[in-house]
Amino acid sequence: MIELDGNAIGGELYDVFGMDMTGVMGVCTYCGAHAPVAEAVVYMRGPGTVARCRACHELHMVLVTIRDVTCVDISGLAALEMQ
Amino acid sequence: MARVADVVSETARAKSLLLDPPDWAGHLAGQHVDVRLTADDGYQAQRSYSIASAPEDEHLQLTIERIEDGEVSPYLTDDLHPGDELELRGPIGGYFVWRESLGGPVLLVAGGSGVVPLRAILRHHRAAKSDIPVRLVYSARTQADLLYREELESFDTVITLTREEWSGHTGRVGRDLLEEAAWPLADHPLVYVCGPTGFVEGVADALVAIGHAANRIRTERFGPA
Repeated sequence: MIELDGNAIGGELYDVFGMDMTGVMGVCTYCGAHAPVAEAVVYMRGPGTVARCRACHELHMVLVTIRDVTCVDISGLAALEMQ
Repeated sequence: MARVADVVSETARAKSLLLDPPDWAGHLAGQHVDVRLTADDGYQAQRSYSIASAPEDEHLQLTIERIEDGEVSPYLTDDLHPGDELELRGPIGGYFVWRESLGGPVLLVAGGSGVVPLRAILRHHRAAKSDIPVRLVYSARTQADLLYREELESFDTVITLTREEWSGHTGRVGRDLLEEAAWPLADHPLVYVCGPTGFVEGVADALVAIGHAANRIRTERFGPA
């Protein structure tokens, strides 16, 4: 799997959240690490896009788009802190 | 849809597209766009490409390195001609960007075509007449692979080659080269690292090892080398 980072899903996240999310600080539900969304480990070539914590590698976000509707699961993020 | 104004060869494998997107509200140095291609049967492929031009430049410039078995890049480098149109989304990204209010001194570290967004930062820095110190460390395989070579010589640039002996630095960007090229830690330098995933990991680890603050290092990875 090609490993990218959160910069690569900036466009997809913009469509969902209506704002740039790459500079937003995410807090990991599992290990508590604080890091910008841009620093997440991202895999884009599966059936959906997966973002994982760079510190503990647990799942932060899953984005799946079917027929132009994107479903987002962000249960791996305890918080998204706008700067 | 952005109109292609011109196509310029940069190296044997890379071309620059000069684009005129309608109603372009401008971008920040370091941002990227998503390019979407749609085949006649409706199949779509999308890739992200960094913007190579400064916000002050006349055209929006993308520099595309041809990946032999790629789905998108061979079309962009071989089949696009002036007057054609290209579907773009963007500009994208608010993290891997530099503007003067973020300060410095600024160290830019590029691996291969990771130099593209960093060149946009250099051009913006010059156009804005900023007096914040900025330096580029650029790693490429050989001299023939160097993008924007002549232009980069007009900036404070350190080049290292990994697959060719020459008069300049050779070998990977490691601790030694970073210690030599980086700004003093006491000045709290802001560092931007862009390149293949392995390159970025290696450079970011080395920067932290020599004492750079992790929250002053911004990274962007574009996959395998």
